[in-house]
Amino acid sequence: MKTFLILEDGTVFEGTHIGAKKEIISEIVFNTSMAGYLEVLTDPSYAGQAVCMTYPLIGNYGICKDDMESKRPWPDGFIVRELSRVPSNFRCDITIQQFLEQNGVPGIAGIDTRALTRILREKGTMNGMITTNENYNLDEIIPQLKSYTTGKVVERVSCEEKYTLPGTQKIEENGPLSGSSVFCKEDYGAGIRERKPSLVKTLNGKGLRVALLDLGAKDNIAKSLAARGCDVTVYPARTPAAEILGDKPDGIMLSNGPGDPKECTIIIEEIRKLYASDVPIFAICLGHQLMALATGADTFKMKYGHRGGNHPVKDLKTGRVYISSQNHGYVVDMDKLDPKVAVPAFVNVNDGTNEGLSYTGKNIFTVQFHPEACPGPQDSAYLFDRFINMMQKEGTIHA
Amino acid sequence: MPKNPNVKRVLVIGSGPIVIGQAAEFDYAGTQACRSLKEEGMEVILVNSNPATIMTDGDIADRVYIEPLTAKVLEQIILKEKPDSLLPNMGGQAGLNLGMELDESGFLKEHGVTLLGTTAGTIRKAEDRLEFKETMEKIGEPCAPSLVVENIEDGVAFANKIGYPVVLRPAYTLGGSGGGIAHNQVQLEEILANGLRLSRVGQVLVERCIAGWKEIEYEVMRDGAGNCITVCNMENIDPVGVHTGDSIVVAPSQTLGDKEYQMLRSSALNIINELGITGGCNVQFALHPTSFEYCVIEVNPRVSRSSALASKATGYPIAKVAAKIALGYTLDEIKNAITGKTYASFEPTLDYCVVKIPRLPFDKFITAKRTLTTQMKATGEVMSIGNNFEGALMKAIRSLEQHVDCLRSYDFTQLSKEELLERLEVVDDQRIYIIAEAIRKGIDYQTIHDITMVDIWFIDKIAILTEMEAALEKGPLTVELLKEAKRIAFPDNVIARLTGMGEDEIKKMRYDNGIVAAFKMVDTCAAEFAASTPYYYSVFGSQTEVEASHPKKKVLVLGSGPIRIGQGIEFDYCSVHATWAFAKAGYETIIINNNPETVSTDFDIADKLYFEPLTPEDVENIVNVEKPDGAVVQFGGQTAIKLTESLMQMGVPILGTKAEDVDAAEDRELFDKILEETQIPRAAGGTVYTAEQAKEVANRLGYPVLVRPSYVLGGQGMQIAISDEEIEEFMAVINRYEQDHPILVDKYLQGKELEVDAVCDGTDILIPGIMEHIERTGVHSGDSISVYPAPTVSEKVKETIAEYSRRLAKALHVIGLINIQFIAVGDEVYVIEVNPRSSRTVPYISKVTGIPIVDLATDVIIGKKIRDLGYEPGLQPAADYFAIKMPVFSFEKIRGAEISLGPEMKSTGECLGIAKTFNEALYKAFLGAGVNLPKHKQMIITVKDADKGEAIEVARRFEKLGYIIYATRSTAKTLNDAGVKARKVNKISQESPTVMDLILGHRIDLVIDTPTQGRDKNRDGFLIRRTAIETGVNCITAMDTAAALVTSLENAASQGEMTLIDIAAIARRGK
Repeated sequence: MKTFLILEDGTVFEGTHIGAKKEIISEIVFNTSMAGYLEVLTDPSYAGQAVCMTYPLIGNYGICKDDMESKRPWPDGFIVRELSRVPSNFRCDITIQQFLEQNGVPGIAGIDTRALTRILREKGTMNGMITTNENYNLDEIIPQLKSYTTGKVVERVSCEEKYTLPGTQKIEENGPLSGSSVFCKEDYGAGIRERKPSLVKTLNGKGLRVALLDLGAKDNIAKSLAARGCDVTVYPARTPAAEILGDKPDGIMLSNGPGDPKECTIIIEEIRKLYASDVPIFAICLGHQLMALATGADTFKMKYGHRGGNHPVKDLKTGRVYISSQNHGYVVDMDKLDPKVAVPAFVNVNDGTNEGLSYTGKNIFTVQFHPEACPGPQDSAYLFDRFINMMQKEGTIHA
Repeated sequence: MPKNPNVKRVLVIGSGPIVIGQAAEFDYAGTQACRSLKEEGMEVILVNSNPATIMTDGDIADRVYIEPLTAKVLEQIILKEKPDSLLPNMGGQAGLNLGMELDESGFLKEHGVTLLGTTAGTIRKAEDRLEFKETMEKIGEPCAPSLVVENIEDGVAFANKIGYPVVLRPAYTLGGSGGGIAHNQVQLEEILANGLRLSRVGQVLVERCIAGWKEIEYEVMRDGAGNCITVCNMENIDPVGVHTGDSIVVAPSQTLGDKEYQMLRSSALNIINELGITGGCNVQFALHPTSFEYCVIEVNPRVSRSSALASKATGYPIAKVAAKIALGYTLDEIKNAITGKTYASFEPTLDYCVVKIPRLPFDKFITAKRTLTTQMKATGEVMSIGNNFEGALMKAIRSLEQHVDCLRSYDFTQLSKEELLERLEVVDDQRIYIIAEAIRKGIDYQTIHDITMVDIWFIDKIAILTEMEAALEKGPLTVELLKEAKRIAFPDNVIARLTGMGEDEIKKMRYDNGIVAAFKMVDTCAAEFAASTPYYYSVFGSQTEVEASHPKKKVLVLGSGPIRIGQGIEFDYCSVHATWAFAKAGYETIIINNNPETVSTDFDIADKLYFEPLTPEDVENIVNVEKPDGAVVQFGGQTAIKLTESLMQMGVPILGTKAEDVDAAEDRELFDKILEETQIPRAAGGTVYTAEQAKEVANRLGYPVLVRPSYVLGGQGMQIAISDEEIEEFMAVINRYEQDHPILVDKYLQGKELEVDAVCDGTDILIPGIMEHIERTGVHSGDSISVYPAPTVSEKVKETIAEYSRRLAKALHVIGLINIQFIAVGDEVYVIEVNPRSSRTVPYISKVTGIPIVDLATDVIIGKKIRDLGYEPGLQPAADYFAIKMPVFSFEKIRGAEISLGPEMKSTGECLGIAKTFNEALYKAFLGAGVNLPKHKQMIITVKDADKGEAIEVARRFEKLGYIIYATRSTAKTLNDAGVKARKVNKISQESPTVMDLILGHRIDLVIDTPTQGRDKNRDGFLIRRTAIETGVNCITAMDTAAALVTSLENAASQGEMTLIDIAAIARRGK
């Protein structure tokens, strides 16, 4: 079926239909990861956006449901050059086409995704429509596109009730250590797929209780902590600070999430209270931005953001550069930082934008990128260990 | 970290002659490294024995030594040049081994030379099988169960423990020499014995066979501060079991999810960190197809063929960055040259798909086994870029220059289902064509996968191509179908063939409907950042990104495609120099090429680089966009020449020698007319199409005759025939492919072969020098030892050659380069052939005379005159030293290949010996080619009757050097009768001990075996020669070569310190 992607600048791409049959208006962004389309689709930070994958061949290994980063896909639409007709992977459950259909995500394939990316790079992120209506009227559509905003999306993607993820008790429970997997013919024949390999070598977080504020969290944040032995309690985004602090966690983790951080006015208020509490805090992405806003710093929208798995970030403390997984359209304004409150801890090597903050006199550090990876490089997973060290130094371990 | 202030003079080691497993990629890496070092203000001293390389140019390094790559020579260079540092990891395994040898002996330390980049300790940890395994175990990275053995007994015991099949990998060899898979004890013993001998340290790894697993590679960079990135990963379509150099490879990996991708990426970073590598490194993994189990196959702690491929596939200049890292910079201090904005500490992300296909030499060695194993056999490779896999595969296939343009190019239609299933078991270069045929015959994906272990995803992609073939055949050709066919890069001629329409009709239909190629940029970042480097590939159904060019004159330089026997790195040398010369003259330059190993496809050589197949249609797509003012074809070898007519039809003027004059040199009748007019004699002959005609001509001339197709390179298909039977055999071989041009049959003359490369401006001719071949006519010029200046011919012959050259160049209206080959019989000079274009010897003669031939030719093409360029026309005075070019072969890599020299070229590379005296130059040339004798002072002589007289003299000289001579019966009798002591040995068919037992006993230095005519593989001689080659014994098949070798050995005895000649100084003198 003929399908059109219409941008607010009037550009129209014609392609073919994929996924669910419906028309959508959304903010169009691009992601440069070459693998990990399922992790992208199930990252709640994409709520309110339609994602274009710059890598042209998508769906090659199908959908391995075990790799989902949340319970469902979040983007409003999915834009690809080509969707593989035959997926091939030993863990593949269904095809990506089935997945999009089942979850009501429409999309477009067969368009010049590189041309689209260049437009977004030159003109900045903009809104667009995916439609199968051949008789579209640009004069009507463009004002609609211009008026679209992602709005308050955090509440939409956050969990509804608090729940806990118990920490790993024995290291073997995490699955085989990366590199130690051995193929077992009998198990495989019986339909048993071994668990994903783990990077975690020690349960250094055993006994620590972490409160995770779910602003649209990817599952691997909680999993990364639990795999290190931490007991993780996940709280809905609107949970008052008092409730979290009342549970006496050893540390608080603020997750990633979608949308403009400045829309989260109420959450920012609560985070300010968390800041004041002296409980060690580690924040990622939206959580990082909200902490900055809560402590008097500012954020601004980037021209087209960072979305991909190849961004170099420099740890200003050690001078080391790590390749990171990224997904953000807003960034903390470094020029407006008060060094008495926070100083830059990480910086993006490509464009010099802020990638992390260290809070002066506080056990708080926050990063813009994604140490939980999924998709993308696992190089910065050491930050979870840094957080654990911080918690251990700070408090008494609850038995 | 700023650069290390103690580094000021750097010695860079090249990789030596081109052999299978070590080819042009190291010229690319070395050239990039040298330029990168010079950019930082270093003084660069370069040593490489290979004169055809760009890196050995006077303008790439400050001091250039084209000397044998031995520890002794390097020590001498270090004493003379006093470098403070040595960069060993740009010259492949050869360079690395040398650097290690100098380090281990303590020489470097003693003379205050620091190893740059990765330390010797790290190299040992990565290369020594045992140390590597221990290191991997320490950090929890799995290797296949394996054991390093130093004898056969231990190997057998271990294999019995872990079970067959087992893989065998000798330590410290290149291209996996001597390795293989053994399925039983007999095979194990055979391969192991061979591997133990070839290994520099006498070690072979015996390991669990992981054949059939996915083979995945990561290219990793690490700086001195410990920052690591992966440049790209690559997936081999051929699963583990085929050497990655012989596999079809795709980048990035296609069938790995993020979990597998990141698992292996993290592993690669772990490994490079633990080894402490600084610079580039390649890590190869085997990944179980249905689990997360993986094994580390190996690590190459240096730039490699894969790193060249990764550089071209991503735009990330690995060698350049590695050189900067060696100087002390960190990745975040080095700019990304492609974007000019970002830094080297990022990971390229691709928004396209890259396919590499190896170029295998089975068209040259038709008797060789086509089977692919862990022993690399490819001489070169092609790469293509597309935005879908099918299209990239189609483009790569037609880049191969192997009479293939689609998946139907090999006809297997006659095979039944059962036969196909059987054929699928065979792992060879035709496997994808067999898979395609299996799909056409309805064999299901799973069955194909179970046999081949090729991933279903790739099988499906092949199926999409076969479905398109069927759709086109069925018709009708709608615009939609045509669009779809072009999207997956079906060329017009294939569409025409399948639809039964004319190619012109297809083209018209395309143009009428706006179905034209668009060009996209390779920018390392999937368009995330604006890039300034114009490196393009074509796609259909997209918007073009090529920007309108500057108002300069624009020239198209056509590259030479994949490296294959007969068309090697020398044409890349010519293309690159021509590009530079045009740029200097104010032209905008555009290169089209498809070989990822070369310097010409480096993105900063020309103003624009198009990485595309070199077919008329693909070139026309570029011409339509760029509208060049002219194209130059004379530098790109036969590949470029073949495009001349098409370019003219597109309306692109051919710069330099006109197409009709090129034709006149190749067309027998036209050329005969020119020879008649210019009164130049040549051997009598005629043109034929059939075997009958050939026999008639041959009988008229009298045997022996030379048979060859016209318009070929490297004497492909050329043979000396001595009988009607042989004519029939050779004509059948030539006519395997449809011949567009007649076949030539000439009287075979035996004499001295001489060769010139010259520049002609239409009036005057400049001949830098005359080269003389040591082997008599009958041996292809590319396989002959070539001496400059010609040592044994009279002044009269030289004058005649200069005069004939002048006449020929003028008669052919040559503007630019011309190569002419002559035979001198006494003082009589005959012309053999004329090539109005660049030749194999251009880099060599340029370097040893100091006359920059390609630059001059380019200036002449632009319209300048030789006299205006500061040169006096005519034959230039001979230099006061000798320069000898020695061919180098890769016979040990190609099982079953006939090694005896003849009119068809077989060498893969060359090296140079340059010295004040002929004898020393000869000694150096042999040494550079790896002939390092004497060892055991025992040799075998078995020659055909015609050579027996000469054999006596040669044998006598070897005897004098203390050699014990073994000979087969009649040769022994001849020698003994002449008073040369020779021990008789039995022929293979006779009882033991036979000549074979002698060779297999590893006590033989040398075999001299001149073959009787004919190509009968079953003769003893063939077996003797193959056995010698496969056991590492030097084998000589021409008496002239044998005489030269003994001369060299006589000289070696008295050879003290070698004289070193700085090529850069010669270049300066030439200017």
